[in-house]
Amino acid sequence: MNLLVCISKTPETTAKIAFTDGDSKFNEEGVQYIMNPYDEWYALVRAIELKEKHGGKVIAINVGPASNDIVIRKALAIGADEAIRVNGEAVSSMFVAKQIANYAKSNDIDIVFCGKETIDYNGSEVASIVAELMDLPFISYASKMMVEGSTATIERDIEGGVEVVKVDKPFVISAAKGLAEQRIPNMKGIMMAKRKPLTVVEPEAVDSKSTIGSYTVPQGKQEVKMIDPENMEELVRLLHEEAKVI
Amino acid sequence: MSVLIFAEAKKGEYKKNAQEAVYYGAKLASQVGTEAIVFTIGDGSNANELGSFGASKIWFNNNSASTDSQVVSALIAQAASKAEATHVILSNTALGKSIAGRIAVKMDASLVSGANALPEGSSVTKGVFSGKAVAKYNLSGDKHVISVMGNSLQPEATGAAGIPEEISLDAPASRVTVVESKTVDGVVPLPEAELVVSAGRGMKGPENWGIIEDLAKVLGATTACSRPVADTGWRPHHEHVGQTGVAIRPNLYIAAGISGAIQHLAGVNSSKTIVVINKDPEAPFFKAADYGVLGDLFDIVPKLTAALEKFKAQ
Ligand SMILES: Cc1cc2nc3c(=O)[nH]c(=O)nc-3n(C[C@H](O)[C@H](O)[C@H](O)COP(=O)(O)OP(=O)(O)OC[C@H]3O[C@@H](n4cnc5c(N)ncnc54)[C@H](O)[C@@H]3O)c2cc1C
Ligand SMILES: Nc1ncnc2c1ncn2[C@@H]1O[C@H](COP(=O)(O)O)[C@@H](O)[C@H]1O
Repeated sequence: MNLLVCISKTPETTAKIAFTDGDSKFNEEGVQYIMNPYDEWYALVRAIELKEKHGGKVIAINVGPASNDIVIRKALAIGADEAIRVNGEAVSSMFVAKQIANYAKSNDIDIVFCGKETIDYNGSEVASIVAELMDLPFISYASKMMVEGSTATIERDIEGGVEVVKVDKPFVISAAKGLAEQRIPNMKGIMMAKRKPLTVVEPEAVDSKSTIGSYTVPQGKQEVKMIDPENMEELVRLLHEEAKVI
Repeated sequence: MSVLIFAEAKKGEYKKNAQEAVYYGAKLASQVGTEAIVFTIGDGSNANELGSFGASKIWFNNNSASTDSQVVSALIAQAASKAEATHVILSNTALGKSIAGRIAVKMDASLVSGANALPEGSSVTKGVFSGKAVAKYNLSGDKHVISVMGNSLQPEATGAAGIPEEISLDAPASRVTVVESKTVDGVVPLPEAELVVSAGRGMKGPENWGIIEDLAKVLGATTACSRPVADTGWRPHHEHVGQTGVAIRPNLYIAAGISGAIQHLAGVNSSKTIVVINKDPEAPFFKAADYGVLGDLFDIVPKLTAALEKFKAQ
């Protein structure tokens, strides 16, 4: 089985969010980057588990500049067999998805794994575009997946519950919490990662129709109003009259 | 020309997210000087009410594969072409997220998912970095797909109901078989909830959740929890909110016995009003709160419930 895992890079959650160049660019100064948790903890690990059980290989793909290699090496250290980096700035989800679909189409991929969303832009867009470009079924927010022969049984999160579906390979899936248990790379993995192939390819030009022009930072909260624990009637009154939420 | 709105039916009903999408689409249509057409999948029997949010036409198509992204996106794209739509508007729900990208590809359109306001000219904004910033997306081309973040605007039903009209479309065969669908009935799912009562490790154990459920009940709120609480099985996973759980933006979020770690805040800090109940004056959550109550939650929560009961009785 050829399993393609799309991995992305996001600022670490405690990173300071600030902008430069007239608020048109994210300020990367001093920002630590991590692999997007949904890609690392769930998508990648489930793909590795499937390979361990059924054979085949796990290929990690990232669309981004050379500075992303550190995140890609981590995917190799966790257990991906090889990696592809498409050398271009991820300016839009259409751009990213096009590069992933191009690779997947010409490499006989059985399952394309994405994360549920990137935690910085919260798009949830790439996976569904890849699926459409490849004319494949797309199962979003998968929290459990079993594969038997050519069929996968997948449990996916929907509002207020779950849905269990069956689908034949090939397909695209996006990984939510529960799909696998996080794996920490060990020393052996880290050493081996250095010798695994990381191929860099050039992107296809894409007409990105939605791109970020500028950012604004919303005003911070006002000082918290402390309420006397013996006077919950006062809290109720404020929620009704001041906040107008009840 | 038109703005086509996909209204998502849940078991034949239109929830707030569908009303919001219709309202958003209708406002947008009047902004660009065209008509708003609603499209829905199902038997259309409850769809007439959607007219009152500003749609001039309501189309429906009965198809049973209503959660398969390939089928649903194909139907919407056909409806959009029939309507000569310049914009397709949908809700940013689980289904909405699985189809928005597909529709944008089919229509060769720009795509913004999770918009938090109406477009201004050729740009539209959405929250990014877990609500810590707002990004303005510039849209190019002549077709656009926009999904609307829940609770971004307050839909008003000021118009008249419409008459749903069936349209025939060619659906591709579904390649996904639904084996089972397990949803909790009678509670508003978290992403749509306007009132949420949430609790964390300060609860000490699952057996103590009665006071949280009582509070949620008087309010008509949905219950949520912090991640460790779901991880240890005290509460079901679908209640976990935060960076790795559900992101919510209710009008009111009450958090009891939750410290307010940054990963928790990431999923809840877009809430309009936040009430924090914690016994530790240093709990970081107080900095993100509108109202704080310092003390023992086992004392405070029942008192709050009683005060609300009194208020509701008036
Ligand atoms: C990558 C990553 C992702 C994460 N994602 C999430 C996420 O999505 N959601 C999430 O919630 N967490 C997430 N976490 C975990 C997060 O960092 C915190 O550990 C977690 O939110 C803490 O949960 P808590 O507030 O319930 O527990 P604690 O931090 O243990 O806080 C319990 C609080 O209860 C108070 N308390 C105790 N007893 C009482 C009492 N009797 N009365 C009143 N107050 C009392 C205490 O003062 C304390 O503030 C993530 C962590 C990481 C590293
Ligand atoms: N630059 C990228 N390179 C590779 N995969 C990506 C990239 N950006 C996003 N993805 C994948 O798409 C998923 C959803 O991203 P998004 O649509 O941006 O929320 C991520 O979890 C990744 O699996």
